[in-house]
Amino acid sequence: MMKMSPGADAIVIGGGLHGTCTAIHLALKGLRPIVIEKNSVGRHASGVNAGGVRQLRRHPAEIPLSIAAMDRWMNLGELLGKHASMCEFVGNIGQIAVAETAADMHPLEERAAELKRMGWMHEELIDRDELRRLAPAVSEHCIGGLISRRDGQATPYLTSQAFRLRALDLGVRFEESTRVIGMDHGARWNVQTSVGAFESDILVNCGGAWGWQAAAMVGETLPRGHFASTLMVTARMPHFLDPVIIGTGRKLSFKQTDNGTVVIGGGIFGVPDLEKETADPVAERLRVSAQTCSILFPVMRRATIVRAWAGLEARMPDDIPVIGASQTAPAMWHAFGFSGHGFQLSPIVGSLLADLIVDGKSPLPIEAFRPGRFNEGILELDPTAA
Amino acid sequence: MSNERHDLAVIGGGPAGMAAATTAARLGLDTILLDEQPAPGGQIYRNIEQLTRDGDLDLLGEEYRRGADLAREFRASKAAYRPNSTIWQTSPDGRIGLTGPDGARMIHAARILLATGAMERPVAVPGWTMPGVMGVGAVQALMKASGVVPDTPVVIAGSGPLVYLVATQLARAGCTVAALLVTTPGSRIAGALKELPRALLAGRDLLKGLAWMNEVRRLGIPTTNGTSHLRIEGEDRAEAVSYGADGARKRIVAELVLLHEGVIPNVQLSLSTRCRHVWDETQACWRPETDEWGATSEERIAVAGDGAGILGAQAAEPLGRIAALDAAFRLGRISQVERDLQAKPERAELARHGRIRPLLDRLFHPAPESLAPTDPDTIVCRCEEVTVGALREAVRLGGEDPNRAKVFTRCGMGPCQGRMCGPTVSAVIARESGHSIQEVGTYRIRIPVRPIPLTALADLVGDEEGLPPGGSTL
Repeated sequence: MMKMSPGADAIVIGGGLHGTCTAIHLALKGLRPIVIEKNSVGRHASGVNAGGVRQLRRHPAEIPLSIAAMDRWMNLGELLGKHASMCEFVGNIGQIAVAETAADMHPLEERAAELKRMGWMHEELIDRDELRRLAPAVSEHCIGGLISRRDGQATPYLTSQAFRLRALDLGVRFEESTRVIGMDHGARWNVQTSVGAFESDILVNCGGAWGWQAAAMVGETLPRGHFASTLMVTARMPHFLDPVIIGTGRKLSFKQTDNGTVVIGGGIFGVPDLEKETADPVAERLRVSAQTCSILFPVMRRATIVRAWAGLEARMPDDIPVIGASQTAPAMWHAFGFSGHGFQLSPIVGSLLADLIVDGKSPLPIEAFRPGRFNEGILELDPTAA
Repeated sequence: MSNERHDLAVIGGGPAGMAAATTAARLGLDTILLDEQPAPGGQIYRNIEQLTRDGDLDLLGEEYRRGADLAREFRASKAAYRPNSTIWQTSPDGRIGLTGPDGARMIHAARILLATGAMERPVAVPGWTMPGVMGVGAVQALMKASGVVPDTPVVIAGSGPLVYLVATQLARAGCTVAALLVTTPGSRIAGALKELPRALLAGRDLLKGLAWMNEVRRLGIPTTNGTSHLRIEGEDRAEAVSYGADGARKRIVAELVLLHEGVIPNVQLSLSTRCRHVWDETQACWRPETDEWGATSEERIAVAGDGAGILGAQAAEPLGRIAALDAAFRLGRISQVERDLQAKPERAELARHGRIRPLLDRLFHPAPESLAPTDPDTIVCRCEEVTVGALREAVRLGGEDPNRAKVFTRCGMGPCQGRMCGPTVSAVIARESGHSIQEVGTYRIRIPVRPIPLTALADLVGDEEGLPPGGSTL
């Protein structure tokens, strides 16, 4: 494994949260990173996701990272300094997967048991009374759920901007509206872009939905799956909910923000267009989301939807990201493909990656995310997935 | 379940929409007109059928009769009609989302003609969001819809022909117009005079405007020309207006202040449909890029009437008919030769009505201060109460376009989705960042373009046949 010395130059492709966080940590280790972003920082998935800071129901391989990330969310000041408050992070409100029926409750019980066997304690079953106490607005027919009590929420776009401002403080350079058109490795990396060439010792691909394209430029085939995750938001409503609620038998992610608006998402897809770099919400598909809300939250029958949007995000066949060294190119690393749940991991992945790049070793296990896994036969899918 | 389908959906029931739908139906297109109002007429000819039936046209003036003819021709046509419909989506693929008396539904059309007309330019002066401040056009709309006029004295402040017209209409209806504060700078007159010879060709239109100004004098409405830096004063509602005039600061007590700085295209739907837009320096507004047929950058979408640039109600009619001819051509119902032939008289009519426009655009161009207010405490986005100062800070942090500034400040995130603050936000950011308004751009508008009750969305009629998948796992 190649190690990088302080003073080396690094190019990070992609100004999303993971790219920016990687740049922050490389800069903290004395490297001089440049972030190359084809649009603007946080323009796509990083800035427009649901903002859930969730440990609940993570893929087992992600749990160690998710718990470490949660510690960082709880101490954002250490990572972001004076910009921490910009993220509007609220923790310890809990995320609850809510069960309407015994059939919903069953997989949650299995999940809780499985996690206990693995030694994780952060997810616990709650009964009807505890659900009622924590979230009285949830419909009375719900019988309980699974909770992760430390979980919370933050504002995605502002979080991306807080990361950017912190990176700027550390001397990271951002080249926005700059499109990578090719790259090759001679003595160093030479990355050709729409505004000219950049050189560096190392290269990190945090290209999100377009990450596979950067890989393809060095002859590496990685899954190119992507999707348009959709959200909608209501006009302000009187406060009725603290925790974030996610569905078990139905697709839902549901939270009320500090300003009273309710953000509704969870597995509803719009129409993605990787080429035009657009993602459009689809009313005909949001209908089921509206139905779900009015069933699970009677108060929502008075709600008004003021805006819907969709974001472009990479999706891996096994729904977990690619994190690790390139299989084909020297001094190149990948971190993308978070499959719709990378937001909570954003304070940790760049940190692990910087350790991996500079010290040659990640302090947390990332073997499961190795880029090569797609060439190794049948993928291991999440054994605990509902 | 299968979706409702039409050849052409016309959005908006003003002069452009009525004329377009009538023409398209005549040419054999299965046409539907969708409109928010309960009856045809649009903003300009609002409630025209009722007013005609009741013989109430006197209050508004003779020229409104034209609207009654248009409405009658439209009613006699084969075009389908869905009034009371709030349109919250138009898509490049021809899908339309609306909420009507029987709930929310999707309609599919081979082509969409946006005839969404004009809206009053928001006038972001200090205090403009307080109760007791309204648009001149909003008051006129009330007068047309229900014959209501304010029962307290009003102060009218602003510029443009509508200011004079509404001042006289209110005065004739028995309302006291305590003052007319005209914000058109005196220096404009000389420049505007250059456009006068061409405007003289407009004849009747020019005379009409002069007649309104004359009427203001005749009715004895106290008028101050060349006023600037308006400020609405008051604790929690309008109590007075202060302004600069003749080098001094003056003040007049006013419980009801009516503001107006002209009208701008209503572009929320064309923006949300991703039609390419340009900042029109002459008219100081965003408008969709259109060709001589009203066609936009989106294959299935056209725009006719003031929604494509302000030309007025009389120009909107031929523009609507021209766009309908092009729709019939593109759908294979008439030949190109036939289209061009039928468009000829329409273009001649259009040219007649366009003659006055350069004079108006020059004379009533909004002052820089009203386009991009400088006072840091002035509210720009009224839904989220975002000030000029907050926008300035957002630009400093990197919010150098409206979409980024939006997330820093929440401007444009309220129920109107930036309809009211869009042009002001773009102009303020442009000034603060040193870019042009065109470079700075405007908000990306998302569905629902107008708010929709969650329960209506839950019962949405329409299926997703033919829509692309939500993702790929290649």
